Amino acid sequence: MKLAFSIAMRFLSSSKVQTLLIVLGIAIGVSVQVFIGSLIQGLQKDLVDTTIGSSSQVTITSSEEDNRVADWESIISEIDSLDLPTELTALSASADLPVFIDSGNRTLSVLLRGLQFPESNAIYKIDTRLVDGKIPENYREILIGKGLKEDLEVKIGEKITIFTPDRTVETLEVVGIFDLGVASLNRNWLISTIDTAQSVGDLGDAVTSIEMQVSEVFRADENASLISEALRNPSLQVTDWKSQNEDLLSGLNGQSISSIMIQVFVIIAVSLGIASVLAVTVVQKSRQIGILKAMGLRDSTTSFVFLFQGLALGVVGAVVGIAFGLLLIIMFSTFAVGPDGEPILSISLNYGFVMLSAIIAISASTIAAMVPARRSSKLSPVEVIRNG
Amino acid sequence: MADIIKLEEIKKEYGTVVKTEVLHGINLAIEESSFISIVGQSGSGKSTLMNIIGTLDKPSSGEVTISGRKTNKMNKNELAKVRNETIGFIFQFHYLLPEFTAFENVILPYRIKGLKPTKEVVERARELMDIVEISMVRNNLAPNMSGGQQQRTAIARALINNPKIILADEPTGNLDSDTSSKVFNLMRSLNKKYGTTFVIITHDRRIAEETDRIIEIKDGNIVNDITR
Repeated sequence: MKLAFSIAMRFLSSSKVQTLLIVLGIAIGVSVQVFIGSLIQGLQKDLVDTTIGSSSQVTITSSEEDNRVADWESIISEIDSLDLPTELTALSASADLPVFIDSGNRTLSVLLRGLQFPESNAIYKIDTRLVDGKIPENYREILIGKGLKEDLEVKIGEKITIFTPDRTVETLEVVGIFDLGVASLNRNWLISTIDTAQSVGDLGDAVTSIEMQVSEVFRADENASLISEALRNPSLQVTDWKSQNEDLLSGLNGQSISSIMIQVFVIIAVSLGIASVLAVTVVQKSRQIGILKAMGLRDSTTSFVFLFQGLALGVVGAVVGIAFGLLLIIMFSTFAVGPDGEPILSISLNYGFVMLSAIIAISASTIAAMVPARRSSKLSPVEVIRNG
Repeated sequence: MADIIKLEEIKKEYGTVVKTEVLHGINLAIEESSFISIVGQSGSGKSTLMNIIGTLDKPSSGEVTISGRKTNKMNKNELAKVRNETIGFIFQFHYLLPEFTAFENVILPYRIKGLKPTKEVVERARELMDIVEISMVRNNLAPNMSGGQQQRTAIARALINNPKIILADEPTGNLDSDTSSKVFNLMRSLNKKYGTTFVIITHDRRIAEETDRIIEIKDGNIVNDITR
């Protein structure tokens, strides 16, 4: 085995240009894989982040007509005690109800969202998205969106009057302005504490939903079904973002598949390259193989000479390729920037994926070396000696 | 003395559709520690005979016994072991591995055994290289040596595993006459020193005349067998 390895290394180092070219071939393949893979993963992460990063990913609502989730605090503590497939990064309750604002000449329909502070900041990041004022702490304090503020022309400290569908009229004080980055939410949401919403909506102690975010968003459905089982309450309904965003999911799937296709074809091209170069090497080195066999080298050891060549080419190619790929990523995020100096696309560097690319390249090279290895093991020494 | 090589009714034919028989039932016994030559013109079948003796090629029929062991029923790996341990080859075109230095080439048959070279083996390689006078080029790659140096390296390599038999196919065929006689004398002295059996295949009568026994092959038959 050691002999096979040292013969392999000598064969590779004796034809330097050939070795360099093949390593370069593998390296380019690996770097394309690392770069494209990271780019697409980055894109997907961005897309998922903008779509569901600031909303509930697993939601518990009531399936009853009154939409009330009673006894929500014990539900939260029960969920907290569960051993879930993916960890929860946010867990909070909210009491929502539609209300109307009379702005003199017209009536606006908005959503009053009573959120649990500070827990709900993990989902909505209200604390960082507050452009003016403060988070509501007291009864009848509310935040309004940037858009609504312009529509109503109100300032912090002023009061607005709302009325509910059953015509209860309430007066609330604006204590801050938020900007969630989405125009419709900035126009349609009023945010208050849970107490305020409960009192306005006459909900008593109940809320209307319990909202969660998870660390691995693509496993949100697993959490949802586990929670649903654990709660065993037919009046509660557990939904997850995946079942409500099928279009997004199929888009992401399409991206993943095209990325995998690119990578598969890169691997095939690289493997064919290695196989053909090593096949030529068998012919080039047939004299040496013949004489080694005449001296008593076993057929199997001869095969290992070529397998080791494949392995060594794969390892060096993968290392150089990863370096190239990382360089490409650094260059891309340094030079391809928008007017604000931020990279146009955020590339996500996933070490597991990079390692996987390396392992795939190394195994592909070794497997590609099997064809020439077989050929070399079949080579008969007498033919080489007879033909000089 | 005991026979180290014994051939019985060796026939060899080539081709599948049109069969050409190149050896027609050769019977031959070679004694241990002898120094013999096989002569014949090109196409006479002498190289085929050597390949069969060296277990590189299998006879179509007949039996080959090397050092008391019948080789007919051995598998490829057993044959490889016989070649590695019992037989040393010297070829006309020296067949050194150009990727390795002279010293590494000499030690190769030992490494093929699958063992790490011991101090004794390294010492033996040095000694052999001294005897064949290639110590000054020990770290040269094969292509950076003269023809004579390469052929002498091949001789040292053939001897490293202390084989009982050395098969030399036209060992001087590629060398000028001075170098030729130097290589020949070297083989002669190694035969005396280590008692190694030498079978030298040549078409050069003058070389054959110097050996102890001349076997002449013509059209696949032994036509002459002279012991002096």
